[in-house]
Amino acid sequence: MDIFLQFDLPSILLGSLAALACGLLGNFLVLRKQALMGDAISHVVLPGIVIGFLFTHETSSLAMMLGAGGAAIFAVLLIEVIRRIGNVEPGAAMGVVFTTMFAAGVVILEQTGTAGVHLDVEHALYGNLESAIWLDAYSFSDLWNWQVLMTLPDSVRQLFVVNMLIIVFIIMFFKELKITSFDPLLSASLGFSPKWLGLSLIIMVAIAAVAAFTAVGSILVIAMFICPAATARMLTDNLKTQLFISGIASLSAGLFGYLLAAFGPGLLGHEFSVSAAGMIAVVAGLQQVLAMLFAPQYGVVMRRRRQRAHASV
Amino acid sequence: MEQFFAALTLSAGYNTALVCAGAALLGAASGAIGVFVLLRKRTLISDAVSHATLPGVALAFIIAQVYFGSGRSLPVLLSGAALSAGLGVLAVDWIKAHTRLTEDAAIGTVLSTFFAVGMVLLTIIQSMSIAGQAGLEGFLLGATSGMLRSEALTIAVAAALIGLALVLRMKEFSLLCFDDGFAAACGYNVRWLDRTLLLLLLGIVVIGLKTVGLVLIIALAIIPPVAARFWTDRVPVLVAIAAGIGASGSYIGAALSASAPNMPTGGLIVLVLFSFFVVSLLISPVRGILAAALKHYRFQRIVHLRQGLLAIAHDEPVLEPLTRSILRRSGFMGGDGQPTRKGQSQARLIERDQKLWNLYREMYPEESHALADWSLKPIGKVLPADTVCLLEQELSPHVVRGGETGNGGAG
Repeated sequence: MDIFLQFDLPSILLGSLAALACGLLGNFLVLRKQALMGDAISHVVLPGIVIGFLFTHETSSLAMMLGAGGAAIFAVLLIEVIRRIGNVEPGAAMGVVFTTMFAAGVVILEQTGTAGVHLDVEHALYGNLESAIWLDAYSFSDLWNWQVLMTLPDSVRQLFVVNMLIIVFIIMFFKELKITSFDPLLSASLGFSPKWLGLSLIIMVAIAAVAAFTAVGSILVIAMFICPAATARMLTDNLKTQLFISGIASLSAGLFGYLLAAFGPGLLGHEFSVSAAGMIAVVAGLQQVLAMLFAPQYGVVMRRRRQRAHASV
Repeated sequence: MEQFFAALTLSAGYNTALVCAGAALLGAASGAIGVFVLLRKRTLISDAVSHATLPGVALAFIIAQVYFGSGRSLPVLLSGAALSAGLGVLAVDWIKAHTRLTEDAAIGTVLSTFFAVGMVLLTIIQSMSIAGQAGLEGFLLGATSGMLRSEALTIAVAAALIGLALVLRMKEFSLLCFDDGFAAACGYNVRWLDRTLLLLLLGIVVIGLKTVGLVLIIALAIIPPVAARFWTDRVPVLVAIAAGIGASGSYIGAALSASAPNMPTGGLIVLVLFSFFVVSLLISPVRGILAAALKHYRFQRIVHLRQGLLAIAHDEPVLEPLTRSILRRSGFMGGDGQPTRKGQSQARLIERDQKLWNLYREMYPEESHALADWSLKPIGKVLPADTVCLLEQELSPHVVRGGETGNGGAG
């Protein structure tokens, strides 16, 4: 049991918390047709992280977080500038900006010789979920012991705070987020500026992406911004229900993905080690496939069946 | 620097020349195909295509390793990539067509899930402890230094084929991009045209995987068309410019990376392409920032000149500094702030012009609202002569119009 508490639990917590942070905000991105903003942001943080690292020469430092956040906000502004001034289609503007910033990150990484020594691009893509350990935990009673809880890895505590921040943000601005997501014109005429709320949403997305990115890698971040929200969107028409479902989907993807990665190969009798972040994203994708097929009202299989029933009447 | 010029002039050794030429061909083909993807407003589908290649590469490697003993054969890996990317494209289409999710969510789902599967497979390969798996990492970010003659030839042939297909089908693709409803009404199968376009894109992504890597290959299909779009509104010219930008950017980027150690080719190519984009954004005569600023300056000048002259005509003082300086520079106002003789006469002309314009707006409110040049240009240059004549008669009621008064009396 010690091993579970010391090695598996922190990783599960890290994966699930990262998934939850992105999954909740993803709902609004999906509704606003900005789902690929998560993708763009998780690519553009690379140069910020590299520059932050160059200043401090420590991984997982505050400078890296600041660099990543700065890069994300810079990218959002740059996309907006190119879109407005150059009259470029939003998707294309996004593509130009995020590929360029990612390329800049790769070049800086290789040029300064940090590649391979401390940081590498694969690490940024895959994340480092398995490295979270909690050596002070010995039994389940420790879960209620404040002092022992404070010895959880930094990344876990960081993500916990970020999650709290996101939940408070969503509860405080729920009405505004709802109106601006579904009907930006109405919200503008009622006096809520969709522009400012959109910008603060993107900033929250950047915070979540950066916090999750350093822990679990960019690919899980992208998957979590979209898959749980899309799963929930297939299942309900009510935004509150959708938020709850996406939260549950994120947490279950985090839990089952990690368990599958850690114990799945062993159960099959192989000695593979499997990327946990990748597995969590795969589980999130599978959940979405199930929802797309079998959702009671909007699922493809269920709709076909209803159509057939209609046809035979 | 010397090495850079040597690489540019293809004299820095056989391998460098091969890499530069191969990259240029790749850039040209991807720029050309990217034009239609951009016009179809599906730019980011290339993101899904490129990420969806990873599971195919990894699976092909495992299968080739298990059954043939060596997984490093490039054709096998690339056909695996093409298959899984094709599956990814179909998945995006299916999600968009059959569920309530929009295209961006579909793209995001496919790219993240496929890439995650690829990642899981890669970690399995890593723990299989096979020699020669190091080459697989190259697919993420590209590695050109080891480009073989056969690979460069493959790229050349594929680029030529894609270019040929584009030239032959340019009319259909343009139709698809600008008016797909009309294309369908003309009897073209829009769905298959779309699929063909994506198939060509997929071909480019797959052959470019090894060179620039799957994260950055999409830049080759996005940045050149966006940059070219600033220069022209005609499709064939657009394709040519995008191909040119793609080719020269890739060529220069590859030469740069050959000239110094630790320079990743893909990253440099993208940065060079982005600099082309920035230059286009700034100085393009059609849609560039500089052209827009110039246009704004001219507009501002016209408005200020007109308002200033109207103020002179009404004997009002001109206080706005910009208006004063424009009037002074045109010789309508002296250094003491008083209108010159030339200014007086020009002011009368403008006053009369403004009266005609005002009258026009009273008589034809709808038309005048639709007119972009209302009271910006002399009325005679915008409206037809007979309308202006009518307005002038209306403006001077003391000129008796025989016909109309006669009719009025009869009525």
